[in-house]
Amino acid sequence: MIKIEHLNKSFGDLHVLKDISIEYKQGVCNMIIGASGSGKTVLLKTLIGLMSPDSGSVTFNGLDISRLQYDEKKRFRQNIGVLFQNSALFDFATVIENVMFPMDFFTDWSRREKIRRAQYCLERVNVADSDRKYPSELSGGMQKRVGIARAIALNPKYLICDEPNSGLDPETSILIDQLIHGLTREFGMTTVINTHDMNSILEIGDNIGFLHMGRMLWQGDRHTIFDTRCEELRKFVCANSLARNIMEKRHL
Amino acid sequence: MLKDFFIQTGQYFLFLKMVFRKPEKWKIFWKQFILEADKLIVSSVVLVSVISLFIGGVLVIQTASNMQNPFLDRKLVGYMVRESLILEFCSTMVALILAGKVGSNIASELGSMRITEQIDAIEMMGVNSASFLVLPKILAVTVLSPLLVLLSFYLGLLGGWVVVYMTSIIPLSKYVAGLKYSFSEFYVFYSCVKMSVFCFMIASISAFKGYYARGGALGVGVSSTKSIVVSCILILMFDLIITQLMLY
Repeated sequence: MIKIEHLNKSFGDLHVLKDISIEYKQGVCNMIIGASGSGKTVLLKTLIGLMSPDSGSVTFNGLDISRLQYDEKKRFRQNIGVLFQNSALFDFATVIENVMFPMDFFTDWSRREKIRRAQYCLERVNVADSDRKYPSELSGGMQKRVGIARAIALNPKYLICDEPNSGLDPETSILIDQLIHGLTREFGMTTVINTHDMNSILEIGDNIGFLHMGRMLWQGDRHTIFDTRCEELRKFVCANSLARNIMEKRHL
Repeated sequence: MLKDFFIQTGQYFLFLKMVFRKPEKWKIFWKQFILEADKLIVSSVVLVSVISLFIGGVLVIQTASNMQNPFLDRKLVGYMVRESLILEFCSTMVALILAGKVGSNIASELGSMRITEQIDAIEMMGVNSASFLVLPKILAVTVLSPLLVLLSFYLGLLGGWVVVYMTSIIPLSKYVAGLKYSFSEFYVFYSCVKMSVFCFMIASISAFKGYYARGGALGVGVSSTKSIVVSCILILMFDLIITQLMLY
């Protein structure tokens, strides 16, 4: 479980995160949703320790990572798998080398064991046949899959995904969503997904927090999102025609 | 502007502190070291060779044309070419050229990795990204760059020899005698030390600028340009400082 309490973050005079408090549960897909510029990415980066909060705390099963020493923080990060918005695959390495990268640093496995584990991860995300290719030779969807394979290579307890569907067609988006959802259930990870894609929210949003102008205005799940009285969330939801139709039918 | 200078300087030293931490795994470090040595030093051999050959030739012609006085021994042409090469050209000029080639390579590579979140990805895995990416580069160029000085020195002298041989601007025997005249090995050491210091600055400053690049593709270009400008200025400053310390 990840617990955020009274989190504040500013850049100069710009107060980006305002007193955010929320809990992310294990084994489900937790989502941070909101329009562009609402502070989602800053919240996610603060969550994983790439930015430090001005005040408040982020605890992973009771452990506050902002209080950890540099080496302790490094060790703890081995428990977190991150899928970045642009996949962030290493250009200098092939697909299988990308997946083996964390294993090279943090395991004493033989090369054969590492390859076996990397191939297993690549099979789980259906890109096992592209293991010798370089990231630049892959489509956006395949890059995301490889990014997921790399994120789960060391069996992390936490999976953090920053806009996993950005730049993908709807069909591939759904496949990626289902993949993340399936892996979350299978490995019992605490998954946090940052998105503004309404299709994803409706597909896998088990626990959703709506961020608007740096404030967490609403928390619920994909079933209760249409019953919200939060005006900003209703506007956000209705920007998607499919969701608007559902909402209109429910409120007839 | 002065405040910005002090902030940048402080950040640079904090960055070096991150870079000079013990590598996570020595096996990975040595693998990276060899890759960087190949990418940054071995790939510069052709450029340095071509430039050195031509500069050696040009120095012979320029020196000979300025020493027409019959009272001056013609072997001084060879002597002056040798001293010019080893004292200044093979270290400072080659370092300025490398600031362009190696510096832009490092800054643009790290800048691209920064803006595509690859550095964040390494950091999130629990790896010290600065040490993993930058330490092998800095050590490779600092340790191996004196080899480029030696190469440049020999090829510069060879370039001069070829010009003397082809043009007979001075007798070949006089040129060779000049090269041997009053040779001080300390100058070779001095030149190698200068080159190591210059290359340390090129690699560390370019890495610093690239590592903290921001603002998309434009930012990568800006960081690359800044790294070259700052490196060149510092090379000339430290040329003066090291020369004063070691030669006077």
